[in-house]
Amino acid sequence: MQSHSSNPDQRPDHRQGQSLAQRLANPTRFMELSAKLLPAFAGAATAVILYGLFLVFFNSPADYQQGETVRIMYIHVPSAWLSMMAYGLVAVSSFGLLVFRHPLADVSAKAAVPIGAAFTFLALLTGSLWGKPMWGTYWVWDARLTSVLVLFFLYLGLMALRSSLEDETLAAKLTAVLALVGVTLLPIIKFSVNWWNTLHQPSTGFTTSIDPSMRWPLWIMAIGFSLLFFAMHMKGMRNEVLRRRVKALRLADVARRESAPDPVAAE
Amino acid sequence: MNNFLTLIARDLKLAVREGGAIGTALGFFLLVVAMMPLGLGPDLKLLTRIAPGILWIALLLAALLSLGRIFESDADDGALDVMATSPMPLELVAAAKAAAHWISTGIPLALLAPVLGILLNLDIAAYPALIATMLAGTPAVSFIGAIGAALTLKARRGGLLLALVVLPLYIPTLIFGISAVSAVTLNMGAQSGAFLSSFLILIAISLASVVLGPLAAAAALRIQMQ
Repeated sequence: MQSHSSNPDQRPDHRQGQSLAQRLANPTRFMELSAKLLPAFAGAATAVILYGLFLVFFNSPADYQQGETVRIMYIHVPSAWLSMMAYGLVAVSSFGLLVFRHPLADVSAKAAVPIGAAFTFLALLTGSLWGKPMWGTYWVWDARLTSVLVLFFLYLGLMALRSSLEDETLAAKLTAVLALVGVTLLPIIKFSVNWWNTLHQPSTGFTTSIDPSMRWPLWIMAIGFSLLFFAMHMKGMRNEVLRRRVKALRLADVARRESAPDPVAAE
Repeated sequence: MNNFLTLIARDLKLAVREGGAIGTALGFFLLVVAMMPLGLGPDLKLLTRIAPGILWIALLLAALLSLGRIFESDADDGALDVMATSPMPLELVAAAKAAAHWISTGIPLALLAPVLGILLNLDIAAYPALIATMLAGTPAVSFIGAIGAALTLKARRGGLLLALVVLPLYIPTLIFGISAVSAVTLNMGAQSGAFLSSFLILIAISLASVVLGPLAAAAALRIQMQ
């Protein structure tokens, strides 16, 4: 009984005693604002990616060495970029949750993790498909590939930890701690993987500068993918806020029914 | 400081009297190493070459199995809550328990490693390097592991989850531990600098995790005690 009656108070959108920063991120206000912004972001993402794809397939040259396979780059590089940016967003959101107890921070972190993992996977997958014609193998233990793989493992760890805890507030905070531990260790992991790689095999040296005819479509695709990420992130946050509201309503409903006299039992 | 040492002594006493805790980890270590040649074939040259890697990975797995012990039993019987309400900061409690884990698991594993090196035809000249790197690297295993143990304390399927969370964080320790030993086995004596640089970085990783681990573990414990 006690736990049921206290449940509505556990809703993420506490509305009393807010500072300015909290009021700006009030979930209700966020829902209103994002309802207006989401179509704009989604539309812009679609338009920019379509334009980018047009450039990629019809208006950019094939590489003199790599041939047509170079077009994989336009998916690969933006995905790799987003895999890191998403982790940055998760880390910042986690910090916001633990330090400022921002009501939307956990919603943001929770929404960003699967999207970030998906882009990391996409980066690994496209990299692997690109590696087959270029290096003759789907996978090499190149330093960068390995680091991205470790990043993917970190995303998996975050998702696994969250899903194995029943209490949502607890899950949110513990996942935030792990995200911050991960962001502290990522540079060390990156450094050690680089060291390990140079120890085992010489660097493949793919860091040649890119021609302007390819740079422009790449930029367009990067912008399009980023817009897509923000649109998906916003949609994910909206879904999470709605899910929590539905849950709170259901719990309140159960609590109301339990406190009211049950007509069946009275019979 | 006195409380800190008392807590370490208490945890060590528990580890010894609980029975089987240390022995299981050592037995697992032995078995994993013994399975490797059965899977890879008895080629002694191959085994010599990959021995440092096998020993380090087996050590990580054996230590991983025992990580749950750091906080679990104390959380179950309420002793952890008593420690949390004591004047001693929770960070120090976490540090003491991680240190006790290092002494009760890390050091025995590191000392057993050369014996298992015999099974893998590891060069005798590499033994000092092997013991030194394992003694220097296992604090990182215990203190980073304490973070994972604290995070997964109340999780369902805690053991598997712990592996998923902690193993990626062990990568730096693994890489520098192996590269330090390999520097000795692969080019004997020619490059003592290669050993020293890896070894020093390994010590740095251990020291950093001794600082970072208790902070993060205590944060995770506090969240769960609210």
